[in-house]
Amino acid sequence: MKHRRVTFPHMGHIHIALKAMLESIGLEVIVPPPITKRTLSRGIQYSPEFACLPLKINLGNFLEAFDLGANTIVMAGGWGPCRFGYYAQVQREILRDLGCNFELIVLEAPDTKFSAILGQVKELAGNCSWRQIGYAVRLGWEKVKALDALEIRVQQLRPREIRGGQVEAMYREVLNDIDRAANIKQIRAALQEGYSRFQKLILDMEKPVVRIGLVGEIYTVLEPFTNLHIERHLGRLGAEVTRSIYLSQWVNDHLFAGLLRIPSTKTYWNLSVPYINYWVGGHGRETVGGAVYFAQQGYDGVIQIGPLTCMPEIVAQSILPQVSLEQGIPVLTLYFDEHSGEAGLLTRLEAFVDLVRRRKKREKKARPKSQPVPIW
Amino acid sequence: MSRRVGIPRALFYYYFYPQWSAFFQELGAEVVLSAPTHKGILEAGVRAAVDEACLPVKVFYGHVLELVPQVDYLFLPRLVSVEHKSYICPKFMGLPDMIKSNIRVLPPILDLCMDLSHNDRQYRRDLYRIGKIFTRNPWKIRQAERKSQQRLKEYQQLLHQGHLPVEALRLMDESIGRAKRLYETDKDAAVTVKDDQPGLTIGLLGHGYTLYDEFVSRQVIRKLRELGASVISQDILNETTIEEGNRHLPKRMFWTLGRRILGGAFHFFETGSVDGIIHLACFGCGPDSLVAELVEIEAHRRKDLPFMMLTVDEHTGEAGIVTRLEAFVDMIRRRQKYRRQLLLG
Ligand code: SF4
Ligand code: SF4
Repeated sequence: MKHRRVTFPHMGHIHIALKAMLESIGLEVIVPPPITKRTLSRGIQYSPEFACLPLKINLGNFLEAFDLGANTIVMAGGWGPCRFGYYAQVQREILRDLGCNFELIVLEAPDTKFSAILGQVKELAGNCSWRQIGYAVRLGWEKVKALDALEIRVQQLRPREIRGGQVEAMYREVLNDIDRAANIKQIRAALQEGYSRFQKLILDMEKPVVRIGLVGEIYTVLEPFTNLHIERHLGRLGAEVTRSIYLSQWVNDHLFAGLLRIPSTKTYWNLSVPYINYWVGGHGRETVGGAVYFAQQGYDGVIQIGPLTCMPEIVAQSILPQVSLEQGIPVLTLYFDEHSGEAGLLTRLEAFVDLVRRRKKREKKARPKSQPVPIW
Repeated sequence: MSRRVGIPRALFYYYFYPQWSAFFQELGAEVVLSAPTHKGILEAGVRAAVDEACLPVKVFYGHVLELVPQVDYLFLPRLVSVEHKSYICPKFMGLPDMIKSNIRVLPPILDLCMDLSHNDRQYRRDLYRIGKIFTRNPWKIRQAERKSQQRLKEYQQLLHQGHLPVEALRLMDESIGRAKRLYETDKDAAVTVKDDQPGLTIGLLGHGYTLYDEFVSRQVIRKLRELGASVISQDILNETTIEEGNRHLPKRMFWTLGRRILGGAFHFFETGSVDGIIHLACFGCGPDSLVAELVEIEAHRRKDLPFMMLTVDEHTGEAGIVTRLEAFVDMIRRRQKYRRQLLLG
């Protein structure tokens, strides 16, 4: 059997957890270089023109990882109704025509059974025990949880920092620490260390901050490159951002086959009625439910983001005006594709934050008080 | 007076109309079908739907708006899955919610949830719930359901005999003769084929509501016939043929329409029963962005069958389409001539 050098597509900070997991079952991992304009343009060059953005960026990742010597791709799959479930098959054909000899392993089970996915992982790892796999899963999950916790803290700090850029710099350092952590104890320590570093920041706690809920398609929400670092921009504009989706949710949905009963999905689904009464694939329903959730939690505005032509998000977008009207919360929809530019984005964000801020001032009436933390 | 049930002539009309109309007619309702898509319908739809929606969805909005003032009930099914473990498109799954959100004044909705991905229990329950609105006699509902199934079968038989959906729908209408319509049925393209040229068959691929809605397709079928080509589509192929075609795929295609398109494409590639393939898709269509890529990759690898991709949206002009069709048909003719010459030495 040839020696496997495993790679996978980027999505936010997921590589930190995936790398740890795959390495702890004895695989050699090649993390694709961070996504850049070049990644995107290589992806676009060979992707179907009208495919959604994640597919194109994934492909760019694969091509760049191939240059570094990767020969095996591990990625998630699915069985519809959205395009994601057929990404791997299309990418396989494209890579084949390009002469990139990848072995493509799609983690998916026809009836989304966790055991089936674990079986696939075991096969991938060759000779490693169930015990090792169990540990790998725990390690990965611990990293995911730490990454989420860290990110939530950063979202709260960004709008309140006095010297711009400090939070970002610290965030990067702590991310590196978590990436380097080799076991669960070290992960926890790195997170604590990060928290205490943040303590040293000089913050303006009096600053009037608006609270924005970010909802939408999961890849766009989690991958700052696709959304042109929308959270950072919003932070700079004095908006505290909370998302409807965090990494742990994706991992649970796609790798743990929804085994963990994370409250979020169910909460959002319940809240999405009567606006949307059925599952629509992707995260369309969570987007609508998330908007309702943020309205009820007294947030000041909601921003929906997704790749252009994203089907579930178009369904959600059609319904959001009604949510906005009935729940009394401003909603902005932004789509991203390879032509989106930062300048255009900034103008729209400034206008929206402005509107939200003026509206907040007007509405002096007391809004329900709640902590700006997500629901788990 | 019998109650009027409106069925939009859009989206799944092209697959299920005989079944649905028979169901309501058997229950004693009058079925009102919206007019064939025209400019007014499209414009109303474009105004009501979000910009990012695809053309067929916008057209559907337009048909709903046209029916609203004319009917007592609006039939607005939620088509999740019309066969085992397959889906249509996320937009179909959310369509009733989208319509309710964007069109404020609506008659009572008959909402049927068709999700046969695992079983048909929910679907049957919904059928009875709807049936009860029209009759208290459960036997009559059962009867209506049987009849509607039978109609669907007849319709599919007509398709498999080689009639394209619009023609099959007209044939059924003539044979039944009782469906009261507010509008004349679509006049089929009665085209005089120039017979100074050898025959030529084009295999047309695409979603039914794109291919057979003349307004959406920019009359592709009619235009091709005018150019002397006969047209067949994946919809006249039976399930076995479609399945056979799909054996070439590494993973089962989970979109019903995508599966039909790929099955058709592979059938055309393998049998050589057509002289060229045209895939007609709508801008921004999610499933087709990937399905078309798979067809195109295959066409590219095989090289022996001309393939063309046409994409339409509300701004597409007819002239541009005609030019491309002409060029495509010309190219095929030249190839044929060249081959004939080779054969004759
Ligand atoms: S959810 Fe959106 S981005 Fe994801 S596969 Fe579907 S259309 Fe593409
Ligand atoms: S399948 Fe394509 S054309 Fe049909 S509704 Fe979905 S996106 Fe639109």
